Amino acid sequence: MASRRVPLTGLELEGLGRIDTAGVFAMLDMGGLTPQLLASPPIASARPDLSEMAALVSAARQKIATAHKVRPAPQFDLLMRIGERVEQTATDAFLNLAFYGEMLAAVGRLIVRPTRLRPAPTVSLIERVGLDAMPIIAAGNFFVGATIAFLGANLLAQFGASVFAVELVGVSVLREFAVLISAIILAGRSASSFTAEIGAMKMNQEVDAMLVMGVDPFDGLVIPRLIAMLAATPLLTAVGMAAGLAGGLVVIWPVLDLSPQFFLTRVVQNVGLRHFWIGMSKAPVMAIAVAAIGCRHGFAVGGDVEKLGRHVTASVVQSLFAIIVIDAVFALMFLELNL
Amino acid sequence: MSASPENGVVILVKGLVSAFGDNLVHDGLDLEVRRGEILGVVGGSGSGKSVLLNTLLGLKEPDGGTIQILNAPASLDGPGRRDALKGRIGVLFQGGALFSSLCVRDNVGAPLREHTRLSALMIDRLSDMKTAMTGLGTEVGDMAPSDLSGGMRKRASLARALALDPELLFLDEPTAGLDPIGADGFDQLILGLRDALGLTVVMVTHDLDSLYATTDRVAVLADRKIVAIAPVAELERSTQPWIHTYFLGPRSRAAGHFAQPKA
Repeated sequence: MASRRVPLTGLELEGLGRIDTAGVFAMLDMGGLTPQLLASPPIASARPDLSEMAALVSAARQKIATAHKVRPAPQFDLLMRIGERVEQTATDAFLNLAFYGEMLAAVGRLIVRPTRLRPAPTVSLIERVGLDAMPIIAAGNFFVGATIAFLGANLLAQFGASVFAVELVGVSVLREFAVLISAIILAGRSASSFTAEIGAMKMNQEVDAMLVMGVDPFDGLVIPRLIAMLAATPLLTAVGMAAGLAGGLVVIWPVLDLSPQFFLTRVVQNVGLRHFWIGMSKAPVMAIAVAAIGCRHGFAVGGDVEKLGRHVTASVVQSLFAIIVIDAVFALMFLELNL
Repeated sequence: MSASPENGVVILVKGLVSAFGDNLVHDGLDLEVRRGEILGVVGGSGSGKSVLLNTLLGLKEPDGGTIQILNAPASLDGPGRRDALKGRIGVLFQGGALFSSLCVRDNVGAPLREHTRLSALMIDRLSDMKTAMTGLGTEVGDMAPSDLSGGMRKRASLARALALDPELLFLDEPTAGLDPIGADGFDQLILGLRDALGLTVVMVTHDLDSLYATTDRVAVLADRKIVAIAPVAELERSTQPWIHTYFLGPRSRAAGHFAQPKA
């Protein structure tokens, strides 16, 4: 206990107003003042609150006197953190595979027994993921189409081939941009909301409640989101294509003085359905990626709010990365196929 | 009369009106809390206990009436309120409301870090001391709130509420979800802290044992007002039907003693 460094003869209490536990704590810290001393008659009768507080504080103080923080030496700290990170990455990779495996199994069960599908949440999700995203996706694609048309018209004019701006708009919008822009907006809009929704449900033990009720969270939460994304993405891509072409048309009409009829005829004859289908073929794949990554991160949330934030960020970043990789893989594939 | 330390009134509520749209929760509610007492607040579900608590804490603006807490108006927006009441009020929210990204030691130390200029070491030691005061072991200090059990979380949250030695402590269902032994320990803790620190405690609770063990007076919320405010022993004799059922109904303490087997 406190060593008697200062020989104590008396305690001047007259000027003492309100004292709190931190003050008593500091008094006991000085040494010399013991709770027994503070509880002795002259002090106890003058300031009973001080005596009572001293008993309370010293009891609590004794417990912490023995407590020590164990901290690793700094030279090992870095190594430990690297090790923890490597282990974390390996575990994450394994858990990702496990999740996608379970998701596939759930899809398999759904195919065997289509009645497992929950129509109500699926339809409401289609509305939220698809219909509600339509204005932003249309606007985004419209401006991309307009920008391409503008650049194309100006650059191609140098070769006297400005009329090919129509083909440029048609091919780039149908084949690449419409699906890419739509998927990117969906990644920002839907992957994040899937993660936040499922993550908050996990933190609130709602997922546990579903499990106990005998509802498979994959049936209840993942499949509706997957189906909603699969249904919405191609439709949104089609909307994006139309908006992108409209953007191109609106620019080319006044800039190159080419009529809308001419623009559309040229798109139909020289661009054709091939690029439309190539663009469309990517939509479902990107939809699956966004839905799977969004849900996966939602289920990985646990414990504190910080983890929720981290997983929402990770789900958006990984979805965007996945979309770009998928696009690149498709580009290579179609190149090899000479499409 | 005003809510000032001199005349021993800590909280003074006059004619409080709270409304959500057309739904009137409180209508002309009066309440007076005396210095150093433990006041229980009871009422049926939906009787506006939480709304009252939030209003007293200044989280909700009253739709009518006046509220004075420690001689300051109870509004978080009002000028000077933050300074006047800074560190003088502590709250134990029902779920604990510990910051989930901080460990227990940092949670308890957070008010000290915000409002005092103590050294980091002193803050850590003080928060360890407060944690120990609430009956938790010191090994809890490094743990995250999500790793604690419900009862431990309540204690840690109480330690945080006590960090600045408030004069006034609000407890929202402090013993809910605790086992009877843990709840009894919590009651003793509140009583001990009240005696040692001179706290005034306002406690919303449904725990009859807790009401009998700790409270000096109990305020009963019904019909949008405080219909009675008295020690439990007096409320037991009340003829108001709701109060009668509350204290003498089938789940009351008295039931065990007075219930006669039907012949």
